[in-house]
Order: sequence, then structure tokens, then C-alpha cells
Amino acid sequence: MPVSKDDVKKVAQLARLDFAPEEEAQLIDDLNRMLEYVAALDQLDTTEVPPTAHVLPLENAFRDDVMGQSLDRSDALANAPLSGQGHFRVPRVIE
Amino acid sequence: MTYESVIGLEVHAQLATTTKIFCGCSAEFGGDPNTHVCPVCLGLPGALPVLNQNVVELAMHIALAAGCTIQPRSRFLRKNYFYPDLPKGYQISQFQSNEEMPLATGGGVDVPTEDGGTKTIRLTRIHMEEDAGKSIHQEAFVAAGESLVDVNRCGVPLIEIVSEPDLSTSEEAFHYLTSLHQLLVYTGVSEGDMEKGHMRIDANVSIRPVGETRLGTKVEIKNVNSFRNCQRAIESEIQRQIDLLETGGEIEQATMLYDPDRNILRAMRTKEESDDYRYFPDPDLVPLVVDHAWVERVQNQIPELPEAKRARFAEDYDMSADQIEVLTAGRDVADYFEATVAAGVQSRIAANWIQGDVMRVLNDRKVAIGDLRVSAESLAELIGLVDKGDISTSIARTVFDDMVETGDSPAAIVEKKGLVQISDAGELDGVIDQIIVDNPEEVERFKGGDQKLMGFFMGQLMRATKGQANPQKASQLLREKLG
Ligand SMILES: [Zn+2]
Repeated sequence: MPVSKDDVKKVAQLARLDFAPEEEAQLIDDLNRMLEYVAALDQLDTTEVPPTAHVLPLENAFRDDVMGQSLDRSDALANAPLSGQGHFRVPRVIE
Repeated sequence: MTYESVIGLEVHAQLATTTKIFCGCSAEFGGDPNTHVCPVCLGLPGALPVLNQNVVELAMHIALAAGCTIQPRSRFLRKNYFYPDLPKGYQISQFQSNEEMPLATGGGVDVPTEDGGTKTIRLTRIHMEEDAGKSIHQEAFVAAGESLVDVNRCGVPLIEIVSEPDLSTSEEAFHYLTSLHQLLVYTGVSEGDMEKGHMRIDANVSIRPVGETRLGTKVEIKNVNSFRNCQRAIESEIQRQIDLLETGGEIEQATMLYDPDRNILRAMRTKEESDDYRYFPDPDLVPLVVDHAWVERVQNQIPELPEAKRARFAEDYDMSADQIEVLTAGRDVADYFEATVAAGVQSRIAANWIQGDVMRVLNDRKVAIGDLRVSAESLAELIGLVDKGDISTSIARTVFDDMVETGDSPAAIVEKKGLVQISDAGELDGVIDQIIVDNPEEVERFKGGDQKLMGFFMGQLMRATKGQANPQKASQLLREKLG
């Protein structure tokens, strides 16, 4: 089994997700099945293939350094759970 | 035991663009909180970042000015972490590993050494990235267990300039930062305004016994906002490490914050998973490809750099080493000086004026030379009036102040205020006669051999003529009459 319980715990922690023990077991199972599925790709010899940076054959998409329209502050803050004094309010940040 | 220190610096510099790196919001400092924001920099679902070409141009300018190699292909990655000032949950950055090349690699910055030579501090890389927002701790909200977040700065374009650990003293670090700052401003890549946080520094510091070749454990000092503070922070960190080793302690790898008010370092709270950023290429951004023609075009746009300018000024103009430093510190001042010389002023006289009165006004008013109401041509005209004998140097200085105030031409001010120098012997004769009548005692003493009193008589004469007497003429006439 390549995915362990610790892996699930670590990924959950990184994603700020909290799982009950039975959910963890289910996830181990799910993740392993996904890995098995994509493991089919291991049959290909990719030693001569450069890593793909992007799925589209595009490069250099630029914009000019010209000011666009910003949002009204009331719109910017509209979806915030808490706001005040023109700011987003968040649980206290400690450095 | 004697120790040597090994220091490497990571400098974040804000690029002088109009807009942010991936959206059209203003990159201007300040602004009402959360008004320079849009779906892209707020990280709203479905918003697509598009790279600001000017960011690439500016980053290439500093890279080529520092002698770096521009990588033909580079790309942007997501650095994933959660923090309230980072609404997307990731920072878009270029990052170097074996496969991921940043925009530029190699190069170096020259710094002066204690013995009067120079030393090249090698650069590891220069890469582009976006800034994060700002957390604000206001008393009332802190009391309620909250912080405020302003995301105006999110997406403001930065370059990170990473040096090799080639610096050996805190003074060298200071000189490196000063040289780098000068280079950034000369090339127009950054405004370099420290008060607006345009340059922020992380310093990696370790020490080892002299003769030891292995590196010691390094401590990182994060987010220092001035060069002097950086120098002091490095100094106290070196001392802390020496004290630790001397008392049998061990240096632990750590990230520290510097408190400039108390000159102390404190360890930052580290999150366990903080080094697991899970970098991966940002699928919203296509690779950046810089071809030879582009590199060449930018290379041709790079102006004369500070070092070359200093050498040329020493060669072409009559000025002191001190004046070379002052006049080449900024490109605008150097250009102003050369325009003054081009308008017909001797370099020595132009240098004296600019180092003296012009710099005094700039410092007093905290303005750039470009904002001065006295153009190089007007300054040359003013100096021309002194040359012709129309006004004395001391009158010229008051005319200069008037020019700064009003923007009027020197000739107009001299005319309006009736400041034309009195060289007319007849007019000066009358004034001198009156001085002789008013000061019989001094006249006696002067005739008795007290030559120092010449200064007193000149002073009287200048006061009587409001400084307008031609000094050579006045002194000649005084000697004749008193002699
Ligand atoms: Zn925006």
C-alpha cells in the first residue's frame, strides 16, 4: 500500500482539513486506487521526454502595463465573513 | 578562537511598474485599503492571471546590468501555504531546482573593500514573484482576537535577487545593498524608496573558525527593511553565534526577526509543515521564452552604470573624488551636472554649485532634482552672470534661492531686485569715504599696520551696499584710500 495513514494525515493538515478515523480509512483506499490507476503511465519510457510545463502549446502570453478596472471596495469585501474599517477581519495573526 | 562569518543576502525589490504582475490593478504604494483589488489579485474562483510584460522587461534590465545570464525558458510555480494576507492560498513565484530555471542566473555586484579594492559578490539568481498583502494589528480588533487584512499589495511585482554567500562582514553586506540599490535605481528597475518598503532583505548568517572549510549552521534573519538595520542585525547575530560557541553552546538552524528599536533578534515561531510548499507549475500561466533578440534589445537599453560613470567623470571632469561620489550617486543628478557643463560652465564650478547649493535645496525640500524649478540651463545662466562680473558669488547664491522659489530666470531676478554688482568706482568711492568718516579709530589702527582690519572694512562696505559691491574692485579701492 503506497499511501499510509500518516500521508493522509499530513496532506489533510496541509489542506487544513479535518477527518474522522473512518473517513481517513476511506481516503487511504481512494487515494491508493487513484495511484494504481495512473500507475499505468509507468509502462511508458519517458527518459527522452522533457517535462511538460503546460498542456497547451503556448508561450509568452502577456498583458501591457496598463491600468484596468479595480473593484469597488464594497464589492471586494462583499463575500468576506467579517469585515470592518475597509478591511477583511480575520482571526488574529501572530508573527 | 577567531571566527569568520559567511553571509548571503536575498533582496526583494519592488519593480517600478504601473500595474501589478498579473492584473491591471494599480501597483502604487498606499491607496485606501482594499481598493487596488480585482478578482485576480483577490484569488476569486475562475479569475485568470496574465503576465505584465513590463515586469519581465524590468527584471531583465537588472539581470543584464548585473551580468546575469537570461534563461531562454522559465516559468511560474505555485508556492502553496495558508496565510491570511495571501487570499489565493499560494504565491506565484519562479523557483529554482534542477529543472526549474528562474529568469536569470549568475552575474555579480562589485562592492568596495576595506583596503580600497573591490570584491565581486556573485549572484545565484534573479527571479520574479508577487508580493503578499498586509496584516494590520489595531488595538480594538486585537483585543477582540482579530487582525485586519489589506490586500492592496497582493500581486505587486517583486524580483528576488539572491547572492552567493560571498559576504564576510556586516559592512560588506551594507556596501552590497547600497551598490545593488544604486544599480536598481540607475536602471529604472525600482524606485528604491525604502520608506515605501521597496527593498526588503533576508540575511543568511553563519560563522566558522578561521581555516575551517565547512560551513557552519546558518541562521536566517527575515524581512529587514533598511540597510543600516541589516548591518546591525548581522552584527548582533554574528556576536550571538560567537558567544554561543565560546560558551560551549551549539548553533541551531533558525529563522529570526530583527527588532531595530531594541537591537535584538528573536526566533520566529515556525510551523512544522512550513517547508512543504508543494511547488508545481501554475497551469494558468504559460512558459516564458526569451529569445536572443529580446535579450539584445534590453541590453542596448541599459544606461551607463554607476561604476562606468564614476570612471568617466574622473577622467573627463575637474572634480574631487568626493564630488564624483555625490554627482554620480543618482543618474538624474549626473545628467543635470552634464547638462550644466554642456551649457558652457566649467566642470569644477558646476560641480561646486551642484554639490553645494543644489544638493542643499534637494535635501532641505526632500525633492528630486527633476522637480527643481531651476533647470541645468538656468543654473548655467546664473553662473554666467557671475563670470561676466554682473553679480558676486554670494549674490548669486541668494538669486539661486529665489530661482528655486519662483522658477524665474536669474537675469529677471537680478533685474527685478536691482542686484547688479556695483563695479562703478565713483559709486564705491562715496561709500568708502563714508566708512572712513564713521570709523576713525579703525582707520588709525589699519594705517598703524593692523592689516587684519581689511576684513572689517570689507564687511562694512558689503553691508552698506547690501552685498552688491564687486569684491575685487572694492578691495582695490579700499587699499588705495586707506593706504
Ligand atoms: Zn488585481
